[in-house]
Amino acid sequence: MSFISSVFAYLYYFATLVLVVGLLNKIVQYARTPAPLKIPTTPAPITRTGVTLRMLREVVFFESLFRGNKWTWLFGWIFHFGLFLVTLRHLRYILEPVPVVITMIQPFGIYGGIAMVVGLAGLWARRFLVDRVQYITARSDHLILGLIVTIGLTGLFMRFFMHTDIMQVKAFYQGLYHFEFHLLPADPVLLIHLLLVAALLIIFPYSKLLHAPGLFFSPTRNQVDNARDQRHLAPWARRLEQQP
Amino acid sequence: MAKVDFAVPELKEYPEIPALKMDAMAHSSPFKSKPEFQGPLGFPGELVENWQQQAIAKMGDLLGKYRSLRVYLDACVKCGACTDKCHYYLGTHDPKNMPVARQDLMRKVYRRYFTLAGRLFPQLVGAQDLTEDVLSDWYSYYHQCSQCRRCSVFCPYGIDTAEISMAAREIMDSIGVGQKYCNEIIAKVYRIGNNLGLPGPALIDTLEGLEEDVYDDTGVQVRYPIDKAGVDILLVTPSADFFAEPHVDGLIGYGKVFHEAGVSWTFSSYASEAANFGMFIGSYDNMRRLSQRIREAAIKLGVKRIVFGECGHAWRVAYNFLNTLAGPWDFLDPRYPVPQHICEFTHELIQQGKLNLDKSQNDDKVLTFHDSCNVARASRMGNYPGGQFDIPRAIIRATCNHFYDMDEETIRDRTFCCGGGGGLLTDDLMELRVKGALPRMEALNNVMREKGVTHMAAICAICKSQFTKVLPYYGMNMDQIVSVHQLVSNAIVLTPRDDDQDDDDDSDD
Repeated sequence: MSFISSVFAYLYYFATLVLVVGLLNKIVQYARTPAPLKIPTTPAPITRTGVTLRMLREVVFFESLFRGNKWTWLFGWIFHFGLFLVTLRHLRYILEPVPVVITMIQPFGIYGGIAMVVGLAGLWARRFLVDRVQYITARSDHLILGLIVTIGLTGLFMRFFMHTDIMQVKAFYQGLYHFEFHLLPADPVLLIHLLLVAALLIIFPYSKLLHAPGLFFSPTRNQVDNARDQRHLAPWARRLEQQP
Repeated sequence: MAKVDFAVPELKEYPEIPALKMDAMAHSSPFKSKPEFQGPLGFPGELVENWQQQAIAKMGDLLGKYRSLRVYLDACVKCGACTDKCHYYLGTHDPKNMPVARQDLMRKVYRRYFTLAGRLFPQLVGAQDLTEDVLSDWYSYYHQCSQCRRCSVFCPYGIDTAEISMAAREIMDSIGVGQKYCNEIIAKVYRIGNNLGLPGPALIDTLEGLEEDVYDDTGVQVRYPIDKAGVDILLVTPSADFFAEPHVDGLIGYGKVFHEAGVSWTFSSYASEAANFGMFIGSYDNMRRLSQRIREAAIKLGVKRIVFGECGHAWRVAYNFLNTLAGPWDFLDPRYPVPQHICEFTHELIQQGKLNLDKSQNDDKVLTFHDSCNVARASRMGNYPGGQFDIPRAIIRATCNHFYDMDEETIRDRTFCCGGGGGLLTDDLMELRVKGALPRMEALNNVMREKGVTHMAAICAICKSQFTKVLPYYGMNMDQIVSVHQLVSNAIVLTPRDDDQDDDDDSDD
């Protein structure tokens, strides 16, 4: 058993490293690539504050998607909001002491877990039922859906049917901070749950999950509509000006 | 009407999202450019030998230069929100005309050569080598995108297919696969000064003819000056305005507005083109070279302001890119934005009560307004977001008594492209143009039946040309499309000046 726990310990070091380094790498790449022209989708805000609000509406309410497709918006928003609550609930495993807010959010995290699975089921169904969406779906899209649905279901299973020793789980993760390997409960559902979460962390920087940081760098959404007032020039475009 | 070898779509009362019809438009692709058109733009004349290698290298170059391309190729989650938003998909039913599928033609190559997942597991993530078939798909389907950005409105990440189709065209140009229509036109601007290849003397002749026509019509001497130095305003307008119908009626209107405003102004024969097809082919260099002509003309003529005529993508380049490409404009009068749209100019005069408008002159028409995609979604007018929707409508309402908007789903920032934008306004793409016009034709047809609309006004040279050609396919008349400044021209009551009587005597110049 201690062998499996060690494997998981190393796996989580590795997954965290891949997630952090991979994501930082991508964020730096996005940030360093210039946007040479002003291309906000108009009507667009004409102030920085306006752009911040636009971005906030996109991140919190999925404003554009709401205008685009109500079903996708509904399932997508339910899933993401559920995921948000579930993530907050799970912070109790990696934070010590647990902040009061996280303690208070615990029951909502359970509803979040249910919402997550319901939302994902709706999104997955669209990939079979709507011919247009079926056409654009790749195998990796099904795999990622399957991955997150299984994470959700195993999580809910442990909450409602087969409890695991969560204090022992917490000890395992707390130990990782100090390079101490504690035993994980010998519980197959838990191990599947944790294995898949690690997989999710690893594929994050190499898959479409990059939509999360990508949104913040999208020039059609994050640019201020002020082209006539302020000259906008990318470094590589400036070099063109210096040539005769 | 020309012989039709394809089925013109049927107009329905309610828009329908069609079922997929595989490869329905695989046969559609525009004539390829010839070496003599490629050279002046700085592109190889024909397909280079190691084209795959060069195309991938060019893609890498663009990925480093354009954040939009980099982020948009990564971020798509295939949610499908864009799939029913493209007029070309709605009109042709070809799944590769769904915005996400159009992007995927490039995304699968990007994944293969530039991402870990695509290098390791191409099958799993839908990555593919850049083969001859893929290139042929690119040429076909990246010339079935009018870069109207309707898809980007509904995308949760703002992914703009226009950015991807521009990059694809730039990559193809760089390996010698150019499109004849766009590249021939750009070369013509470099050689002569405008898209239509009208030399200076022809323009002078046309404008003199217009002065006579307006005088005969109104008894007032309205001037249409060209290359006149030391005036206040340089007017840059699409060259179609000089002779095409209904464009020229709009141009007549610009002159009348300037006449009433009492400002001095001029065209330039050197910068006699507002359109900038450099944008359509995604070429920053060519777009910049074309824009620089306007700067040179402004300096040479010593003007204080620059105003643009009615043209959609030209206004996008003017409003959003001109400061970048040809600025800074510190030598112009700082009291005015650079550049201004003719609608902004006219609207301000109307608000100040400086135009005497007789609406009844347009009583033979019931109007609606077609928001041109590049004005609606890629630029602005006035000093608040959305001014580009209100200002042209305010002008129309001030010049005619009967105005009705089309269905809300099809106007403002949800407007449908006319079907001929983005460098596709060429006869070799007629089937695409007719089918792509379907959503707009449906909305127009509905407002014609429900409100008795007779005419549709537009502020884009491409929209006007496209509708003139396409309306008859749907059983409508080509003259149902009008310029906004044509309405102004009809309604405006001109103030006579001293020189109106002695028109035969040229000594007053």
